[in-house]
Amino acid sequence: MSDDLFKLNVDGQDIEVPRHYTLMQACEEAGAEIPRFCYHERLSVAGNCRMCLVEWEGAPKPIASCAQTVGDMRPNRDGSAPNVRTKGAYVEKARNGVMEFLLINHPLDCPICDQGGECDLQDQAMAYGRAGSRFDENKRAVEDKYMGPLVKTIMNRCIQCTRCVRFAAEVAGVEELGMISRGENAEITTYLEKSLTSELSGNVIDLCPVGALTSKPYAFNARPWELRKTSSIDVMDAMGAAIRVDAKGDGVMRILPEVSEGINEEWLSDKSRFIWDGLARQRLDKPYIRENGKLRPATWGEAFASVKDALSAPAEKIGVVAGDLIEVEQAKAALDLFRSLGVQNTDCRPAGAQYGTDGVRERYILNGTLAGVEDADALLLIGTNPRMEAAVWNARIRKAWLWADLKVGRIGEAADLTYDHAWLGEGASALADIRNSDFGKILSDAKRPMIVVGEGALCGEDGAAVLANALDLANEIGAVTDGWAGFGVLHSAAGRVGALDVGFVPGEQGAATADILSGQMETVVLLGADEVDLSGIGAAKVIYVGSHGDAGASRADIILPSAAYTEMSATYVNTEGRVQMASRAVQPKGEAREGWAIFRALSDVMGKKLPYDTADALRADLRGPEGEATVFSGLGFAPGAMGVEALKAPMTGASTGLTTATFRPVFDDFYMTNPIARASKTMAECSALASALDTPVAAE
Amino acid sequence: MALRRFDMEAGGDTFAFKPETEEKIAFWRGKYPADKQRSAVIPMLWLAQKDNQGWLSEPAMREVADRLEMPYIRVYEVATFYTMFRLQPVGKYHIQLCGTTPCQLRGAEKLKDVCQTEIGKQMFVTDDGRLSWEEVECLGACVNAPMVQVNDDYFEDLTPDSFSTILNKLKNGVEAHPGPQVDRINSAPEGGTAILTDPELFDGTRNKLGGLPNLPSAEPEPEPTAAGKPDESAPTNTQREVPQKENTGKTTLISKTESAEKDSGQSASSTDDED
Repeated sequence: MSDDLFKLNVDGQDIEVPRHYTLMQACEEAGAEIPRFCYHERLSVAGNCRMCLVEWEGAPKPIASCAQTVGDMRPNRDGSAPNVRTKGAYVEKARNGVMEFLLINHPLDCPICDQGGECDLQDQAMAYGRAGSRFDENKRAVEDKYMGPLVKTIMNRCIQCTRCVRFAAEVAGVEELGMISRGENAEITTYLEKSLTSELSGNVIDLCPVGALTSKPYAFNARPWELRKTSSIDVMDAMGAAIRVDAKGDGVMRILPEVSEGINEEWLSDKSRFIWDGLARQRLDKPYIRENGKLRPATWGEAFASVKDALSAPAEKIGVVAGDLIEVEQAKAALDLFRSLGVQNTDCRPAGAQYGTDGVRERYILNGTLAGVEDADALLLIGTNPRMEAAVWNARIRKAWLWADLKVGRIGEAADLTYDHAWLGEGASALADIRNSDFGKILSDAKRPMIVVGEGALCGEDGAAVLANALDLANEIGAVTDGWAGFGVLHSAAGRVGALDVGFVPGEQGAATADILSGQMETVVLLGADEVDLSGIGAAKVIYVGSHGDAGASRADIILPSAAYTEMSATYVNTEGRVQMASRAVQPKGEAREGWAIFRALSDVMGKKLPYDTADALRADLRGPEGEATVFSGLGFAPGAMGVEALKAPMTGASTGLTTATFRPVFDDFYMTNPIARASKTMAECSALASALDTPVAAE
Repeated sequence: MALRRFDMEAGGDTFAFKPETEEKIAFWRGKYPADKQRSAVIPMLWLAQKDNQGWLSEPAMREVADRLEMPYIRVYEVATFYTMFRLQPVGKYHIQLCGTTPCQLRGAEKLKDVCQTEIGKQMFVTDDGRLSWEEVECLGACVNAPMVQVNDDYFEDLTPDSFSTILNKLKNGVEAHPGPQVDRINSAPEGGTAILTDPELFDGTRNKLGGLPNLPSAEPEPEPTAAGKPDESAPTNTQREVPQKENTGKTTLISKTESAEKDSGQSASSTDDED
């Protein structure tokens, strides 16, 4: 028996677990199932629900297994390993007693409770509850609390497990939830019932083991057992969080996170979680053609005929801009088609972006990986605000800061990131001076430093120089060594890396986004591009392919409706370069088609038939020849430190030209970053509330 | 115990500690290291309550939170947990009436009736702003039950009559003397000492020793010649909080013998009653 292992006997079975394990973990290791309410793997231990009681032979009373460290347990008198029992009359009686107390004040309103069917208390009451109540007094009544537009509270149901309080304080980093008063009067509330200011507040709904905190937008919409559940990928940010889309009929009813250790652990940002009402609003469900200044519904045949007409312009007068949510299949099919037409003016990046064109993949993905930040000991964020651009990753940075003493420095506009960080400046000049700063010392002393550049820093005039300088700095401080690739770009759009991977950048002599939209083109094709500035587009004919009627569609002359991310099986590449598949949860709206299919059909009309007839054939084409390792040949895999060699090479001819301009924030409004979000009522409510809040900006 | 919520209206928008409190704040904060300043939250709230006419308003709570750099909700949790932090205004004289078993057996219920008729409901402040009352749990003076605490002073061995006399004095601004309201010193027997009065008990004649070896008259013991010296280094807390109360008002003692001795004993024990 090694020093850091501890032997014990659980239900007659001998096991050996690390000494730091809790008794609950040890019991689970032995295959026993322990009921619990307050314990949660990713939160600190509270030990207040008492549901996880087990019997420890020789102990005077039952033990709360979540709060007992096995290393602290005494052996039996004869020196043998302690005996623990998770079953039997003793344990049953203890748990039955706890359950009876929990139910004393819990209302019997399961038939009208949204948690019904997926409620921990309901499930465990089936196992440990009594058939009837022995409690003759009145149940206590608690006022419902206001917690903002996302979280509905029915506080009578609360069992004071404090998971939500611990989540807000530890993971979200906003200490706004707490338990006030005591004893029978204890209540969970925000301070004076203010709305939660976290982008992760929706997670308390999942954490709540009862129906006290439920989803306000989803209230009374559906029962869990009548929902069709589809595992998929989120596209609200470039993390590609694992989600479960719950649908009823043709409507998405809610979106929940799934566990994905490498990406989102088990959290989800409010935007990803509550976007779903936007999927049913402002939808483009049939093709439209603008006639006499007004859009009229048309058939696909008519629409394709007008598109063919519009694409008869000279190839150098045609520009194609891909938007933030574009899936790889559509990008590939569109690129193949337009290249075959001789169009070189293609771009998937925001206006002014200066990255992704040199063909080195490592220079536009997050090589350090999202999970890698937990191994880092110093992190420099350049022109990025992860709280806005990748809220769940921000929680992970906070976790590393809180538990692993990660030092964070940041260049960009001052912002509250929920953790202390060194604010080094607002623009590229701070990057030039960093070697002389205190944080530069921290970086060069760090064993595993990490540098993350955001789009805000790469879209200015000096974007390429910032990237080159940051890469130089990374090499200098030892962020790029064998086995550790601590340099990367944090993207803000789900489709960006995938589109870059298929080469959706300007071809030879091709124009980039800013030039395409500057009025030089006769025909502009927008692939769901709504975040770009269309004001300078001039008299160009605009073809919009997308799912929502937003900025692009309102300017469009021809609209081709495509499916949204919940309506198709599609490939997305996240900011780490991880290739993932979203799945179809519901049918596309009306006559909308998947993006790649639109371009496959259009290619036929244009007489340049694309060589794939099915999505599978297209993906086979993407993967390239059998047996050859390409970007798309593996699913769910982040290259991470494999790109070290490519990062070691300095960028040629780009390191000079840093300006004094400040980095602009990528988003002004966390809740309004894409067409689906802008169509969502819930997001509009959140956005209005957030802008009304006078959030003090703390720069430490 | 009813729901405890801030009286937002009465609390107003601002609160400031009194200048003379700053020294006490520095004392309490000085007890904790720089990164554990939030440990001082309870004494700070207590000081804030004292500086706010005996109750804790929402701005006062925020002031404490800001000073200790704590999130408001964390201080709010503390303020609502401890019932000695009063979240509603109280009278100039706030009466805490002990209703726990010993006092109850000795007639606290009747005192409650007195409060109800003389003042009103619990936590109700009389129109002149002078009186309010609440029932509390044991105040640790069971030997003098029934008793009440008025602001910082104990009034003990009460009867409905003596209690309502005290209330009337407080109401009319007449000085009321704290302590037992019957003929006894502290918790000594009523009417004076009745047993162990024989001087023989104390001079050694009873046990036929012909004197006690350690009587003051006996040979003085030699000065101890200890090898070690008492620790003369400065105490960790150089600044002791000195109670502001003058020691002159010990008029509570019904004039008896050995009053000087009692006085010294009293003042020594009263250093802690700030809490």
